[in-house]
Amino acid sequence: MNAIATEVTPVTPRKPWKNTRATLKTATINGFFSAVLATALYTFTGLDGILGWYVSFIISVMVVMAIVSKVTGNGKSIADQVAPVVISAGFATVMIPWISLIGTVVQRGVKGIYTGFFTHDMLVNSMDEPLNVGGISHAIIGTLIIVGIATIIAAPLGIIAALYIVEINGKAARFVRFLTQAMSGVPSIVAGLFIYSTVIITVTHKNNAFAGSLALAILMLPTVARTSEEVLKVVPREIRDASYALGATQVRTTLRVVLPTVRSGLITATILGVARVAGETAPLLLTSQYFVRFTTNMFNSTMASLPTYVFGALRTGTENSLARAWSASLVLIAIVVFLSVIARLLGGRSTGRK
Amino acid sequence: MSDSISTDSTTESFVPSITPNVASVTTEHTSRNAENLEVNGTTTGLEARGVHAWFDKHHALEDVSIHFPQNTVTGLIGPSGCGKSTFLRLLNRMHEFIPKSAMAGEVLFNGEDMYASHVNATDIRTRIGMVFQKPNPFPAMTIGENVLAGPKLAKKKVENPDDLLEECLTRAGLWKEVKDRLKAQGSSLSGGQQQRLCIARALALKPEVLLLDEPCSALDPGSTLRVEETIVQLSQSMTIVIVTHNMQQASRVSDYCAFFLSDGGPGRLIEADLTTNMFSNPKDERTANYVQGRFG
Amino acid sequence: MLDSWTSDAPAKLFGVSDIGVTPRQLKVSRGTSDKVFRGFILAGALFSLIVLALISGFLMYRGFGIFKDFGFSFFTSSKWEAAADDGSAPAHFGVAAMLVGSFVVSVIAVAIAVPFAMAVSLFLEYYAPYSLRYVLTTILDLVASIPSVIWGIWGYTILMPHAVGWSKTLNHWLGWFPLFDVPAPIFERSPFIAGMLLAMMILPIVTSVAREVYSQAPRDQIDAAYGLGSSKWGAMRTVVLPFGKSGLIGGTMLGLGRALGETVAVYLVLNLVFKVNFHILASVGGNVASLIASRFGEASPYELKALMAAGLVLFFMTLIVNFIATTIVNRSKVPS
Repeated sequence: MNAIATEVTPVTPRKPWKNTRATLKTATINGFFSAVLATALYTFTGLDGILGWYVSFIISVMVVMAIVSKVTGNGKSIADQVAPVVISAGFATVMIPWISLIGTVVQRGVKGIYTGFFTHDMLVNSMDEPLNVGGISHAIIGTLIIVGIATIIAAPLGIIAALYIVEINGKAARFVRFLTQAMSGVPSIVAGLFIYSTVIITVTHKNNAFAGSLALAILMLPTVARTSEEVLKVVPREIRDASYALGATQVRTTLRVVLPTVRSGLITATILGVARVAGETAPLLLTSQYFVRFTTNMFNSTMASLPTYVFGALRTGTENSLARAWSASLVLIAIVVFLSVIARLLGGRSTGRK
Repeated sequence: MSDSISTDSTTESFVPSITPNVASVTTEHTSRNAENLEVNGTTTGLEARGVHAWFDKHHALEDVSIHFPQNTVTGLIGPSGCGKSTFLRLLNRMHEFIPKSAMAGEVLFNGEDMYASHVNATDIRTRIGMVFQKPNPFPAMTIGENVLAGPKLAKKKVENPDDLLEECLTRAGLWKEVKDRLKAQGSSLSGGQQQRLCIARALALKPEVLLLDEPCSALDPGSTLRVEETIVQLSQSMTIVIVTHNMQQASRVSDYCAFFLSDGGPGRLIEADLTTNMFSNPKDERTANYVQGRFG
Repeated sequence: MLDSWTSDAPAKLFGVSDIGVTPRQLKVSRGTSDKVFRGFILAGALFSLIVLALISGFLMYRGFGIFKDFGFSFFTSSKWEAAADDGSAPAHFGVAAMLVGSFVVSVIAVAIAVPFAMAVSLFLEYYAPYSLRYVLTTILDLVASIPSVIWGIWGYTILMPHAVGWSKTLNHWLGWFPLFDVPAPIFERSPFIAGMLLAMMILPIVTSVAREVYSQAPRDQIDAAYGLGSSKWGAMRTVVLPFGKSGLIGGTMLGLGRALGETVAVYLVLNLVFKVNFHILASVGGNVASLIASRFGEASPYELKALMAAGLVLFFMTLIVNFIATTIVNRSKVPS
């Protein structure tokens, strides 16, 4: 008896259910007929342009798949054959505006970008002037300041709300969660209107950047609270038990054990909050508004920000101002996407998302 | 007559003691299918030849060859993680639903490899039924709709749905209990009834083989007994493969047993034989240790 | 007799009822530091309550005069006119057209977004090649963070020219139906275009809710369907779609809430006209949020009050829609 002899024969894993030659052949034939039909549709109906080709091809594939199920009678109904096409086409269709949006912003945005775009403000230049003068330094700094102050206000409050729901888990936990959910539904313009009616009308009597920060903080808090809650829930109960068993109080357990464990997750929550509000326009139109030059005066002056710059350039409506709007959009989208990517990389699994 | 009384009395007679007298309990039982012993070696029924299974890089099952003769019950036994369930899912092409899975070898069904490229996998699944660990009736359907879900999903025409419904439920031993409430939700039944409903659902496609993956693990002893009775009844007309953790159950319902074991690496088939032999006189020491409860 | 004996037996034998043992309530004893800490956290957590209360309180306070002056006609009238400078005509404010406009635009958005959200979530959870799923979900999350002003500028310059063409086709073939009829052949900046843009903007949120519930569809029931020889679509239809139904409704409501409150994008692609309009292809529309944004700059103190009142209406509208949405979504989630 030689036990080893039976085991040395090399076996290669195979996947007989993956595309075999037969399915490839059917796919090719189906593809061919779909292409023929699509060309016919494109030629004889009013469809035109790339989108026209796209639509006629999708329709053709569906028709061909439906015919195939009728003719071959492979046990699959028309719905079985067509459903995957519809679902995949649905996803592909949704991606068209995404691609178009990103492509347009990049393509039109790069035209107006030169070094000075990041170092100049618009004090001496109007929106309509050629693209080689003036820039958005004031708007970038303005966004950094306004969003920065908003973060300083909202992030701790959001994390505290999450701590109450998860760590304290008191009688009001469900109520607090309900409140943050309700708050996440506050329309951004209402947040701006509210700050205007309280802070600006009652206290400062003129528009200022700090009011903008407060409005953004209202919008940011629920995002931070929600993500932090998910992060805190991932902390295993055993870690807290271990701390209590060592005689630690709840304060110490929370501050010294729980919070350090989830530090990167909380940073992720904060960054997601920042990304959520960095592009907000409506509340800033009502509060911090726009100012042509670089300023750090939070309380007595309006302040530029990227979204209001884009909005203002768009409303000016000339060729050059539109180009400026696209360039500023490119910068804004780059910042927001950059933040979101960082948040995902940092947070990874700890945000509790699969 | 209440369920609990009948259950108690019957369980008593089956009380297995894993001692030499196990043989006496099971011999009588297996004699029912004695004629089938001769069938071994032909190409009828279901046969695995050199079957392997992978989950991505993880080699889960290695070189399993076994024949399931027609109209017999084969129990697949072994400790957790030895590849029994994986093997069972390979037998009706359910394995491929796990992402990044792969296999090797052949599974012959009536002499034909079911993994050949021209074979339609959904067709195989209608001919080889499966019942799962947890009772899983479709919650959005009534009892009746659940039973007839198979033909509907597989686009098979049914001549006489009412007759089929009664036949399947009767064979699954559930007709008397549910005939007056076929319009009730499947989830209104008890766990054991739900599992028999799932068996009835599998039967509606008139499969030649029924695979059961630990069908009783979520059930109480009384329901377990009813399901076992159903299995024994069904085995007169179909081939049954049942995965079980429960040694007594294997000895009660199966004609043959196959013992799987993993020593940390891929699961292997250690030994397969008549159930009586497996329990009274196993050839492999590891089988002996396992059936006598020394590990697992 | 026998029954009563057996049921009482433990009590008699062990004398529980006789001696009258009362269970001791275990209470966590907390030190002063913990009490202070818990109080502090609770106070911080209730901050959102204060904000929500202040929002409704202040907007009500500022807008009160308007409700007093116009009463119910604030909701039923479509006229929005500031007082004439020479005092010849008094001011009149009513949000009926804007309320109707908000719903028309949002319903169009939801009607377009939901079928696509279903397709996208089914695709990501069950149809996409396994190796692509993570990448595609990441892209979806990034799209969710595109600022609305950028959707607006894109919608105005890129989407609108295309959408005008589609509108003309729709009007040409379906113009006999009042919904697709237009009083004048101007197709720019219509509710249809705004709704389409909003659909793209709310798609990520509806999708993320739908995806979450679809991914929780019980694996064993999907297996059961496959085990019965079902096709993939059969399994979706029997198990996944029924399971995700209420979650999808919740996600839809959440998307509706977002669409109702959207300002800048709608402002850019919708022609603000104070007239109730159900011809979705016509260049007439508006919503409460864009009303506030567009009138805010030049508003007199009295009109500002009217805008506050409109803001209050918008606030309660979205609050109610969101409340229903979160209730449905939370209920449909499997407790993990």
